[in-house]
Formats: sequence, C-alpha cells, structure tokens
Amino acid sequence: MDAVYLLFILLLSIFVGFELIQKVPATLHTPLMSGANAISGITVVGALALAGSDSMGGYSSYLGAFAVFLATINVVGGYLVTDRMLAMFKKKQ
Amino acid sequence: MIETTTTDLIINFSYVLAAALFIFGLKLLGHPSSARKGNLLSAIAMLIAIVVTMFDNNIVSFQMIAIAMLAGSILGVLAARLIAMTAMPEMVSLLNGIGGLASLFVAWATVEANSEFSVFTMIVTFLALLIGGVTFSGSLIAWAKLSERITGRSVTFAGQAVFNSLLVLVIIFAAYLFVAQPTMLAGVNIDFNMVLYTAMGLALLFGIMLVLPIGGADMPVVISLLNSYSGLAACAAGFALHNNILIVAGSLVGASGIILTNIMCKAMNRSLTNVLFSGFMPVTKTDM
Repeated sequence: MDAVYLLFILLLSIFVGFELIQKVPATLHTPLMSGANAISGITVVGALALAGSDSMGGYSSYLGAFAVFLATINVVGGYLVTDRMLAMFKKKQ
Repeated sequence: MIETTTTDLIINFSYVLAAALFIFGLKLLGHPSSARKGNLLSAIAMLIAIVVTMFDNNIVSFQMIAIAMLAGSILGVLAARLIAMTAMPEMVSLLNGIGGLASLFVAWATVEANSEFSVFTMIVTFLALLIGGVTFSGSLIAWAKLSERITGRSVTFAGQAVFNSLLVLVIIFAAYLFVAQPTMLAGVNIDFNMVLYTAMGLALLFGIMLVLPIGGADMPVVISLLNSYSGLAACAAGFALHNNILIVAGSLVGASGIILTNIMCKAMNRSLTNVLFSGFMPVTKTDM
C-alpha cells in the first residue's frame, strides 16, 4: 500500500463526510457530536496492532496498550453517552 | 510489498463493511427519527473493526490487550452511566480529549516500535502526535470551563498573540527536527527522544493556548471543532500505520465535524473565526 493509494481513500472519505451532515436540527447537535466522537475512537484499532506485537521489546507495546485503554474509554463511553442522550430525546416527543 | 494472506483479505473486507456502516450510521444520526438506530449501526461497525483486527497476524500477545480493553470498558460504562444528564457536553469533551490522547500514544508507540522511517511516515506521525496533543489539552480546558472548574470567561494576557505566533514557529521547528532527524545542529547534539518529548509538550501547550481565550458560552462549538480534530488525529495515525479503516473513519469524523461546527456557529449567528479569535478582538454582534 503506497501513500498515493491512501491519499485517494482520504480524499473520498472527506467528500463523503462533508456531504453526510446537512440541516441537522439544533436538538441533535450534541448527540451527533458525541456520536462522531465515539467513531473517532477508531484509533483503538491502530493501538491494538501496536499493543499486540512484541517486535521491538516491551516499551512500544506498553504505550500501545495504554492507547488501547484510552481509546476503549472513548469508544464505550462515547456510544453509551450518545445512546443515553438519544433515549431521553425520544421520551420527550 | 507485504505478502497478502487470506487473513489480510478477510480483515480488509470487514473494514470495508465497517466503513459503510459508519457512513450509514452518521447519516442516520442527522435525523431525529433514526438517530438512535444510526448510533447503534456505528457501534456495530466499531465492534466489527475491533474484533476483526484481533485476527491480525502481527498481534501475538493478547494479555495486555485484554487488560487494557477490560479496564477501558469498565471506566467507559461507569462514566456514561454515572454522569448527570445536565453534564453531558462536558462528558463528551472529556471523552473526546481521551480519544485525542489515545492518538498521541499511538503515534508515540509507532515511533518506539520502529527504527527506520520514511519522511512520509515521520510527517504523518508528527501530525498524529500534534493533533492528538492539541485535542487532549484543548478538550480538558473546554471541560474545565464548562464544568466551571476554571473561569468561564475569556482568558487573555498582554502579548498573547505574539506568544502564540512564537509557539507556532517553535512547533514548525520541532516538526523539522522530528522529520529530518539531524544529529547535529549549529554544533549542538540533538537527541531524538528530547525532540519527541518537547514536541508532545508543545502540542499540549498549544491546545491550552487555543481554548483559553474563548469564552465558556462558546465551548460547544469549540468541542465540536476539537472533535473534528480528534478524527483528523486518528486519520493521521492511520497513515502512519497504513490502516484503511483508521483513515476512512478518521476523515469522516474530521469532515463531518467541521460541517457540524459550522452549522452550530450559524445557529449562534457567528462565524467560526469570530468564535476562535473572540478573545483577541471585540465581538461583533448583529442587532437582535
């Protein structure tokens, strides 16, 4: 996989991201922000690969494991918080 | 080129599926009737991505991963359950900062895991480190302002603009040292670890300086912007690790976060520049 190929992916994803969000009602601003924040916890996937390989001694895998820990908080907390907000939102209707 | 095995193929196909689900999930999150379903879809996508990554041939030890994931999940559940409904925006900010810190640590681990780097890898690793650090400290300040742990008013001091400009210059210089890795500069020995730690410190300081001058009432917009940054940090980490799903999900969050930030600004009748630099210039308000 070379850099150009990865840049293609980046470019297309950015366009999709721009198109996805349009005319969001004000009540959904915070849940949407929170939901997107949970997605950014995808870093956990990168962290997993670093935490699981013991190629170069333990140091980098400890850092990777800590990153897994942090990203997991972001993912689990993020989705649950979003769901809680949206559940509340539904009840009000 | 790395040999493509069947496992790699399965992993990457599952990443494609996860990416599609993330996109659907975000789309549905934008409408009141389908928002909860959208969140669920994106959570499923995340689960697929995580589970499938475990089959990666490079992952050989699961002990630390299991401990880290268990501890992270418990803390995440507790945080989401125990927080008061009124404190949600702060919580999002805090979680966002933690995500940024995760990207910083991924970048750090990447540097430690390898000894030889291409210029491209070093540039994206530095970006992940910088954006991750800014997201972390910026989100912490936003959290502290929203929860009134520090003053919600705009914090400014004389020469702040000059200080920030200098800070940007120093960061650019640190980026050069990080990427080019000169061993000697102007007769001074340069230790790469020193550059690494200094870069992290600068990123954290920069995040603080960015958010301090912004008033507490504007914090939701700032959190939305920082959320977009944390996506970009994940995206940069994806480039450093050559991981597709990180790039796709990261840039989705980055791009949609910018749009959402813009929508939120418009809802307040302000421009983004007006919010970001409100500490430095008189706020121009349109007549109500």
